[in-house]
Amino acid sequence: MIVAMHAPDGFLEPSVALLTGLLSLSILAVAVRMSHDELGDRQVPLAGVAAAFIFAAQMVNFPVAAGTSGHLLGGALAAILLGPWVGVLVVTVVVVVQALVFADGGLTALGYNVLNMAIVPTFGGWAVFHWCRRILPANASGVVGASGVAAGTTVVLSAIAFSLEWLFGASAPVAFDTVFGAMVGVHVFIGIGEALITALVVSTVLATRPDLVAGAADLTPEARSTRPAIGRRPFVVGAVLASLFVAVVVSQFASGEPDGLERVATDEGFAQSAEEHGLADSAFADYATRGIDNEQLSLAVAGASGVTLTLVVGHGLASSRRRLRPGTQPAP
Amino acid sequence: MSSGAGHPHRHLYVDGSTGVHDLPPETKIVGLVAFVLLVAVTPRELVGAFAVDALALGATAVAARVPLRRLATRLGAIVPFIAFAVFLPFLGDGAQTSVVGLELSVDGLWAAWNIIAKATLGASAAILVTATTPVPDLLAGLSRLRLPSALVGIVSFMFRYLDLIVDQFSRMRRAMAARAHDPRWITQVRPIAASAGTLFVRTYERGERIHGAMLARGYSGRMPGPAPTPRGASHWVTALLPATISALGLLAWTIT
Repeated sequence: MIVAMHAPDGFLEPSVALLTGLLSLSILAVAVRMSHDELGDRQVPLAGVAAAFIFAAQMVNFPVAAGTSGHLLGGALAAILLGPWVGVLVVTVVVVVQALVFADGGLTALGYNVLNMAIVPTFGGWAVFHWCRRILPANASGVVGASGVAAGTTVVLSAIAFSLEWLFGASAPVAFDTVFGAMVGVHVFIGIGEALITALVVSTVLATRPDLVAGAADLTPEARSTRPAIGRRPFVVGAVLASLFVAVVVSQFASGEPDGLERVATDEGFAQSAEEHGLADSAFADYATRGIDNEQLSLAVAGASGVTLTLVVGHGLASSRRRLRPGTQPAP
Repeated sequence: MSSGAGHPHRHLYVDGSTGVHDLPPETKIVGLVAFVLLVAVTPRELVGAFAVDALALGATAVAARVPLRRLATRLGAIVPFIAFAVFLPFLGDGAQTSVVGLELSVDGLWAAWNIIAKATLGASAAILVTATTPVPDLLAGLSRLRLPSALVGIVSFMFRYLDLIVDQFSRMRRAMAARAHDPRWITQVRPIAASAGTLFVRTYERGERIHGAMLARGYSGRMPGPAPTPRGASHWVTALLPATISALGLLAWTIT
């Protein structure tokens, strides 16, 4: 993994840690109840070994280029294979254990770490997965394609979520634009790998035990057994085109001059003028908005991405509730 | 990740029978959370308060006979963030100061100090608790702190089968390598991803078998845990000692 998302203690302001903590806790409380309905008393052992699988998958190195390697994040994969409620619990368990037992991520940072690495990827991934399923054909290749797009998108959504939290609770004088541009830019490329690997894993599981893919529970047995018709090459080309598109869009507002921004800010003493601005009293940490030469623009970006994020994750939460009916889960 | 391939949690626990080891796990967890919370809310300007925190942790490490080298190796998880923090003094705006000929932002220096101090203290505290508490005890402690039993159950199953699944995956990788497949580019990722998918199916089927076996042995939704260690007020006082020292330090430096 190029960018570690396991933020340590004190990385964001305590107020953001507290608010995200409360948000994560309330979603998890619902998840504990919902997943119990979903799995019954099978919940504990099955979710436990699934958590071990996600943990193991995060430790496995996949080749990226010329011998370098990255690893899977697994949020979208967990949602697609296990359903969002069980998925979010499983990924949360992994994140919490990494913090408590492995000191990988701070305990007081758990609120935003769980939000960014478990809740946003599973529910956001589930929502994107559903939208793609609606467009793509209702067969195995449709599920595989949707898995890939969902997995790639969730990595970017997580990066956006982190940048937004930075806007509200930055602990260092780095502007929101810079963090947003860097995080989203890097994670677009990480997303390609995540998309490819998730799609391939889902494709394998569909080929052997299609009943284990929660996201394909609505398919008829005939449709399930349709082998993926999307070849690897068109998929890679499509993924690269899609991510290039996102990268271009991102680079439009991140447009290149963080260094220049800092210089302008230093030269013209933005630190002082920002205080006279109405924003000084707002909820935004002064760090994140300080030194932005176009506050309207970057706040618009923050607002738009925040609304998108909330809509996607909210849709995931809502649609997962609807789809909770026990589908076709034949006993093995 | 704190460790590479192989066994992720075999090297966490440092065997011993010190007073820190013998504390009931739930008191240690509460002590840890209290300490980390205090560190997180300490304003970054109170350097003295952070020094007190570090002393409290150091004393705990000495009392628990946890080698400092172990502590330092396990701090590897926060390295990426320290690397990020190191750049902050060069990025920040506002007042500048000159340190050995370098123009650095005062604000950036404080921000870097804030991240490095809090991340190091928080991670060290967590490492000390896991170094003196075996994972099953830690889980029993969490369950005695009223964490939902479903979650405790999921975590304990995860730990029980983690090594097994990691081993299984490394066997699959070794089998691939033995057959001359050593991928270096992401376009060659299909066999590895496919074996991850196979591993998921095997894992899930293993979970189903485990559940069946548990039902056959009378499982009714609750695991029998180890008998709780008797705990008294003195245990709580001892376990909350680092947090108390931290709170006193914070108070002392806030007043002065």
